[in-house]
Amino acid sequence: MDFELMINSFPKLLNATLVTIKLLSASLIFGLFIGLCFAILRVNKNPIVNKFAYGYSYVFRGTPLLVQIFIIYFGLGQIEYLRSTVLWVILKEPYWCAIIAFSLNTGAYTSEILRSAFQTIKPGIIEAGQSLGISNKIIFYKIQIPIAIRQSLPAYGNEIILMMKGTSLASTVTLMDLTGVAKYIISTTFKPIEVFIVAGGIYLFITFIIHNVIKFLEKKYSY
Amino acid sequence: MNIIKKFSLGVLITLFLSFSANADKIKIGTEGAYPPWNSKDASGKLIGFEVELAWTLCRYIGQQCEIVEQDWDGMIPALIMRKFDAIMAGMSITAERQKAISFSQGYADEVASLAVMKGSDLEGMDTPAGINLTKPNAAAKKALKTLTVALAGKTVCVQTATIHQNFLDSGDVGKVNVRTYKTQDEVNLDLASGRCDAALAAAVAFSDYAEKSGKPVVLVGPTFSGGAFGNGVGVGIRKDDTELLNTFNKAIDKARKNGDISRIATKWFGFDASM
Repeated sequence: MDFELMINSFPKLLNATLVTIKLLSASLIFGLFIGLCFAILRVNKNPIVNKFAYGYSYVFRGTPLLVQIFIIYFGLGQIEYLRSTVLWVILKEPYWCAIIAFSLNTGAYTSEILRSAFQTIKPGIIEAGQSLGISNKIIFYKIQIPIAIRQSLPAYGNEIILMMKGTSLASTVTLMDLTGVAKYIISTTFKPIEVFIVAGGIYLFITFIIHNVIKFLEKKYSY
Repeated sequence: MNIIKKFSLGVLITLFLSFSANADKIKIGTEGAYPPWNSKDASGKLIGFEVELAWTLCRYIGQQCEIVEQDWDGMIPALIMRKFDAIMAGMSITAERQKAISFSQGYADEVASLAVMKGSDLEGMDTPAGINLTKPNAAAKKALKTLTVALAGKTVCVQTATIHQNFLDSGDVGKVNVRTYKTQDEVNLDLASGRCDAALAAAVAFSDYAEKSGKPVVLVGPTFSGGAFGNGVGVGIRKDDTELLNTFNKAIDKARKNGDISRIATKWFGFDASM
């Protein structure tokens, strides 16, 4: 065990953790928005609308994240027409490609988590609102959505942790995130065990924080 | 119960046989993704200069061999962890790698070169045809200055953990934006897509890609050798495996004397890259 290498690589890995956290938070914000939109579409009565939303979540939950990120980064980059459009400004950057892939992926899972939460809301709650003369729109936004979000907190906490680990795939599209920098250090020192132990420890610490934040929120919004 | 017993006995025998069969085989690790050095054909079979050379060397050694595929970025750790006994993967002999493993004598040499897509503003740089960085002369130093100016702020793509990355990181051509990829294939893809302003690798890797893909990839600037680019490509072997090192050195001597290395090199590179 080369403890000196572990200590020396720690600051470099910590720096790279910032990239990981940036990727994670951007993807979660976009993903939550996408997930909420698609969950609302999923519970829509119109069969075309909810089939479309189902199709999206089916495709993104049914294929590996690595394949998705490769299609978006290397796949779209091969389309010559796309390179002449304004979209290329975004797709040219590995950073944005990774965020797009992660957001679409976590969005698909989030939409499923929220959909099941919507469907477990007891009809009595909605009927109570209706009998008080509250409009359906307000019932949906002020009663159903908040309850659904509270209901889905434990499952969503899991999704955050899964997504956090998923960001390690950013290193496959040249981003120097925690895994990317760990691999770089290994490629110059040829000592994978030491470096991966430190990187693994940092991932574990991030999980610890996420876990506790979710636990705190669950307690705060318990009913 | 009887079936379970028979089954476990079968498993044990199979395991034992596979271990004992492997015991006297030399395992050689290669990447299979760096044509023409080593690559795979459409059916997934390993081919290339080093694959053919490995079989030839094994014939001279007089021992059974097995060629194992390994991702480039884990090549040296895999050797140290005894997943195989020798590396033949276009790996240049550099001082940095020699801290971790031993190398046989070189069997072939490659020059590195920058490549761009046709029409790039990096075309037509005024540099000599080739520079050696071991003891850079005035012309080489001037060429590095020209490159420093031309590459300032540009994104240059390389495969990770290569001599090419080391060179760009060394600062000899100033501060370029280095982007690293797992395989040379991915470097080629992003060079063609325009994400990279230029790429750096073995000159043959680019000409091979240009030929196979039909993409207008052109080599620019000088070819590089020496210094960060190492002293030829050799067989990588664990430091404590001196016996195997001698065996390989002798086999390379024989193969060179009989003209095998230059014959195989000419077949795969189109020119004699042997040394």
